[in-house]
Amino acid sequence: MFMKRSHMDIDYIANLAQIELSDEEKAKMDGQLDEILGYFEKLNAVNVESVESLAHARPFYNVWHQGDEAGPAYNPEVLIKMAPEQRDNQVVVPKVIE
Amino acid sequence: MPDLHFKTIAELAVALQTGKTTSVAIVQGVIARTAEVDGRVKAFLSYDAEDALAQAQESDSRRAGGRVLGPLDGIPVGIKDTLAVKNQPLSCASKMLENYVSPFDATCIVKLRQAGAVIYGRLNMDEFAMGSSTENSAYQRTANPWDIERIPGGSSGGSAAAMAAGEAIATIGTDTGGSIRQPAAFCGVVGMKPTYGLISRYGLVAFASSFDQVGPFARTVEDAAILMEAMLGKDELDSTSIEPQGEIDYAAALKKKKGPWKLGVPREFFGEGLDPEVKNSIERAIEWYRNQGCSIIDISLPHSDFAVPVYYVVATAEASSNLARFDGVRYGHRSAEANDMSSLFSKSRGEGFGDEVKRRIILGTYVLSSGYCHAYYLRAQKIRTLIRNDFEKAFEQIDAILTPTSPTPAFKQGERADDPLAMYLSDIYTISVNLAGLPAISIPSGCTENGLPIGLQVIGKAFGEADMFAIANAFEQAHDYHKARPPL
Repeated sequence: MFMKRSHMDIDYIANLAQIELSDEEKAKMDGQLDEILGYFEKLNAVNVESVESLAHARPFYNVWHQGDEAGPAYNPEVLIKMAPEQRDNQVVVPKVIE
Repeated sequence: MPDLHFKTIAELAVALQTGKTTSVAIVQGVIARTAEVDGRVKAFLSYDAEDALAQAQESDSRRAGGRVLGPLDGIPVGIKDTLAVKNQPLSCASKMLENYVSPFDATCIVKLRQAGAVIYGRLNMDEFAMGSSTENSAYQRTANPWDIERIPGGSSGGSAAAMAAGEAIATIGTDTGGSIRQPAAFCGVVGMKPTYGLISRYGLVAFASSFDQVGPFARTVEDAAILMEAMLGKDELDSTSIEPQGEIDYAAALKKKKGPWKLGVPREFFGEGLDPEVKNSIERAIEWYRNQGCSIIDISLPHSDFAVPVYYVVATAEASSNLARFDGVRYGHRSAEANDMSSLFSKSRGEGFGDEVKRRIILGTYVLSSGYCHAYYLRAQKIRTLIRNDFEKAFEQIDAILTPTSPTPAFKQGERADDPLAMYLSDIYTISVNLAGLPAISIPSGCTENGLPIGLQVIGKAFGEADMFAIANAFEQAHDYHKARPPL
């Protein structure tokens, strides 16, 4: 499948990525992304028919935990204290259910 | 002992052993030097002098009691701000993690401590290791000690600049597409990236997991070998770490192995875009190896031209997934403007991340999105196979590959800051090594007329670190390039 040069719908992608961008940021990024995607078109020149894809340079296999033993754990209070907002040893977030 | 801060690990290990110095004196020397020059270099984001001196004291007491943990015992080692050190800040040079303090030690830090090293300081970097100049740090611009108007390289720019400026005896960095080797070349020090999986990534903040590797910066190849021996090994906490294969007594091996070697020179690495002074320096290095009796073999890595686009497709895809964890909920920056869950995520991420990080997350999200995944991501993974196959074929007839580390010497601050593509291309000779998971080292091979360092890259076979170190060591020891010091 060959890709066609495409212009990215930056609002759609920023929403998928859950990143709020200002109009200024979008305007600046737009041209830069076009240039980078144009450069990516180079990849079309390669015949990849019957080539296996490579996710890692070396083969890796699922690790099944055999004899998995409980080890020392962190004090939950220490970890919860890292949250930007906490109360009663719980992480505070905005209301999720209306 | 004068100029302790410019000594090597091997020299200091002897001085410690013979009572000519102490770990406390070395750490004091490094701290004094940092206080003297870091206002100009800005390599460190922070350092905890009290904690470092307490570790040094412990090392000296251990030694006084007759127990020495090895050549690293009592040696201060600076750490890139992307590796977890218990009770020390870890910001990845990002506003996202401005107030984060690590609750644990990364595995490589545990291992350095077991070898007696004094863990010292947080070194500046490009935010989340994304960049090639350290200009993407949210906190400060690190200067190249050879010319403070130039960048030190990146992303491990703080680790490299601290070495060149004598603010550290050794430092640790990470290399995803060249982030150790390129700044090592720009700052005139030794920087090494191991075979993928040799060092655990546990406690390293993930950027692109199939490429990220921890590795050392040092003054000499021997010192890099000593640091590697301390850090390598399979780790239950990282399922991609592997049992080392072949020779791993690198420091001893590099003195025994004398060659002659069969060295490949890939013609694709000497074409357009290579600075003539860099080309000249590398060609002279190749000539030196030939004169030592090595066979110099012309090789081809035909898919080299695709390494940069393949890398930026795959690495940004992996980054978009890895950085999804920064959501403003459990740790890190949370926007004060958010009024529901969705805006908590998007506003916290919009405020917490810098430009390059956002750009890469957006690119990575795009190449993985429905309708584009086959055209970009899966195609790039297939070309990654072809790039790895090129190396495998080349290594059937050679022991190692010689190339420039970077096509140019260090560039000026701001020169490429607004041109991401030009910045990406500065890693053109280092990236394919990460795609193939191979080990490689950059060593000083001379200077330009303007006094800027040039780096020679030696690429080894997978698990071929012992030979790679020996080949690099032979050149280093026959020259004085690694002994040059910047005019700070």
